[in-house]
Amino acid sequence: MELAFAINIIAFVIASTFRAATPLIFASLGGVFSERSGVVNIGLEGIMLFGAFFGMLGSYFTHNPWFGVFLGVLVGGLIALIHAFLSVDLKANQVVSGVAINLLATSATAFLLQKVFHTTGQSSSVPKVKDWQIPFLKEIPFLGEAIGKLNPLVYLAVGLVFLSSYFLFKTTYGLRLRAVGENPEAAETVGISVRKIRYGSVVVSGFLGGLGGVYLSLGQMDLFREYMSAGKGFIALAATIAGKWNPKGAFLACILFGFAEAMEGQFQLLGMNIPKHFLHMLPYVLTILLILGLVGRSVAPAASGIPYEGRK
Amino acid sequence: MMGEDLKKDLFKDYGQKLFFPLVALFISLFAGGLLIAWLGENPYIAFRHLFQGALGSATNFGETLVYTTPLLLTGLSIALSFRCGLFNIGAEGQYIMGMMGAAWVGSIFTGLPAWLHIPLTMGAGILSGCLWGVVPGVFKAKYGAHEVILTIMMNYIALHFTGYLVNYILLAPPGYLPATRVINASAKLTRLLPPSRANTGFFVAIICLVMVYIFLWKTKWGFEIRAVGLNQEAARYAGINVTKNIVLAMALSGGLAGLAGALQVQGIQYRFNDLFAFTGYGFDGIAVSLLGNNHPAGIILSAFLFGSLNCGALQMQSVAGIPKDLIGIMQAVIVFFISADYLLRKKLEQPLGEEINVRRGSAGQEVAK
Repeated sequence: MELAFAINIIAFVIASTFRAATPLIFASLGGVFSERSGVVNIGLEGIMLFGAFFGMLGSYFTHNPWFGVFLGVLVGGLIALIHAFLSVDLKANQVVSGVAINLLATSATAFLLQKVFHTTGQSSSVPKVKDWQIPFLKEIPFLGEAIGKLNPLVYLAVGLVFLSSYFLFKTTYGLRLRAVGENPEAAETVGISVRKIRYGSVVVSGFLGGLGGVYLSLGQMDLFREYMSAGKGFIALAATIAGKWNPKGAFLACILFGFAEAMEGQFQLLGMNIPKHFLHMLPYVLTILLILGLVGRSVAPAASGIPYEGRK
Repeated sequence: MMGEDLKKDLFKDYGQKLFFPLVALFISLFAGGLLIAWLGENPYIAFRHLFQGALGSATNFGETLVYTTPLLLTGLSIALSFRCGLFNIGAEGQYIMGMMGAAWVGSIFTGLPAWLHIPLTMGAGILSGCLWGVVPGVFKAKYGAHEVILTIMMNYIALHFTGYLVNYILLAPPGYLPATRVINASAKLTRLLPPSRANTGFFVAIICLVMVYIFLWKTKWGFEIRAVGLNQEAARYAGINVTKNIVLAMALSGGLAGLAGALQVQGIQYRFNDLFAFTGYGFDGIAVSLLGNNHPAGIILSAFLFGSLNCGALQMQSVAGIPKDLIGIMQAVIVFFISADYLLRKKLEQPLGEEINVRRGSAGQEVAK
């Protein structure tokens, strides 16, 4: 009886961990793509917020949550396109441009919320992406309970980790992308277009950031709430760094953050008397510790953050 | 003759410096007008309410100063970090800690004379902000950790930490409201232009702007900070202690943002209310600093501009029905424009580019080991 209870709790924690980690996984993969190509994307936070808003909007207008997913991802890519234009073509300061995207996202989504719903705070409820039951996963003893019935976006996030890893390290395009981030001059010398690769990578990072945002409004919830990204884009970037700009590493870091968030709920359920403020602080303290623990051992792509001026 | 030439050059220089921020401002006003039209309202009427709300009467002008004061200091805080090649996105958290420090010291001491209690309370705010700036400063200087991520994390920690303090440790009895006790009269600043909430804190902020200008451009310490910002490797080669200067810049930057929070408590709120969400003053400081060319003189203009916009937006929202979030969109447009501006970028990139050199430096050390 005791054992069954413990197993249930563990299964529940594992499932909550995956759910909480999913938006971070999408966004941190976005961070990997952008930074590996040499463009810092602080704007992921704002891109997530845009993704969350337009995901909700798409589902609201069509009553089809999958159209919402499509719209959120598309808008994420479009916002990233602004960042790409500024940082690749205009050689803007990438951190400042990212900050501008975040400022824009907070105000623009609140503005649009009032325009469309004539309300502040949060939107009305919209059709959400429903959980899927995966028969063969469900039959795995012990783990099946935890991972057999989750949101399809959770499965997509895990799938994309392996896909991104394969793309970056096993394909020619991945090799080119990494070359552009490490040594753009050399890459250009062998005929790789730095501009095209960087544009492509930043837009892909926007798709992924948008997907992370969509999961917030259509996977975890069924509505948009002002500033619902709540720093998740920044935590995802920290996971990118902690994961050494590697999809699988970033995934593990996100799982750690997801676990911290899942435990937040558990402490409260188990009636432990810890003020909720400390639990809310946990992921952020963890991020700082993780970054400090890996400092020196984690080296950024050499050209990350530097506009490419062309060969001299 | 030479004097004449010098004057001409000076004006040409100022003209260039003013040109791009002005273009950015006009484009953002234009974008704002388009959005108002999209809402189906008349941009002219909306902007007239915006203007009246900000400067239409002595009271409104006083309220504009209320919104300007914290921006002067958070803008200055971020400018100081920029000048050392750091990007302190943590001004928001340092501001929050400053509010909490001032609310605490302002309420626990009773019977102190105002001439002692006022600076003591400000000092508490400065120290609290300082602490919140030094922590990421040390991690950055000693271990090369990325200060942008660190300071952002410190913002969230400040938000939840003060939430804990105000709900548990410093909760004012009987505890119906999540707020600290009201500070004593001896810690409060004098109000000007009643019934507006404008107060002497504005002058404190202006004094700080002058002091930071003198510090950065007229003293040896300021020179060292700017040298580190311009070229870290060269500064190190010239015998300047880079680690010390990064920590010092973050401490001062945090202290200024902390003071902004203290003035808010001593002049406006008189207590710390549970925040639930960020105040925005720290983040707006980024736009203020960038638009002001990271210079105290420019910051006076840009802080007053944003203060007016934020204050006027309230009337625009209540009378003309335009969401005040419009102002945030306009600020973002300005920051976009400035991030892309080539001439200003050159100035900016010198300090900011250092982050890259640090990374390159640490990558190089890896290889050397």
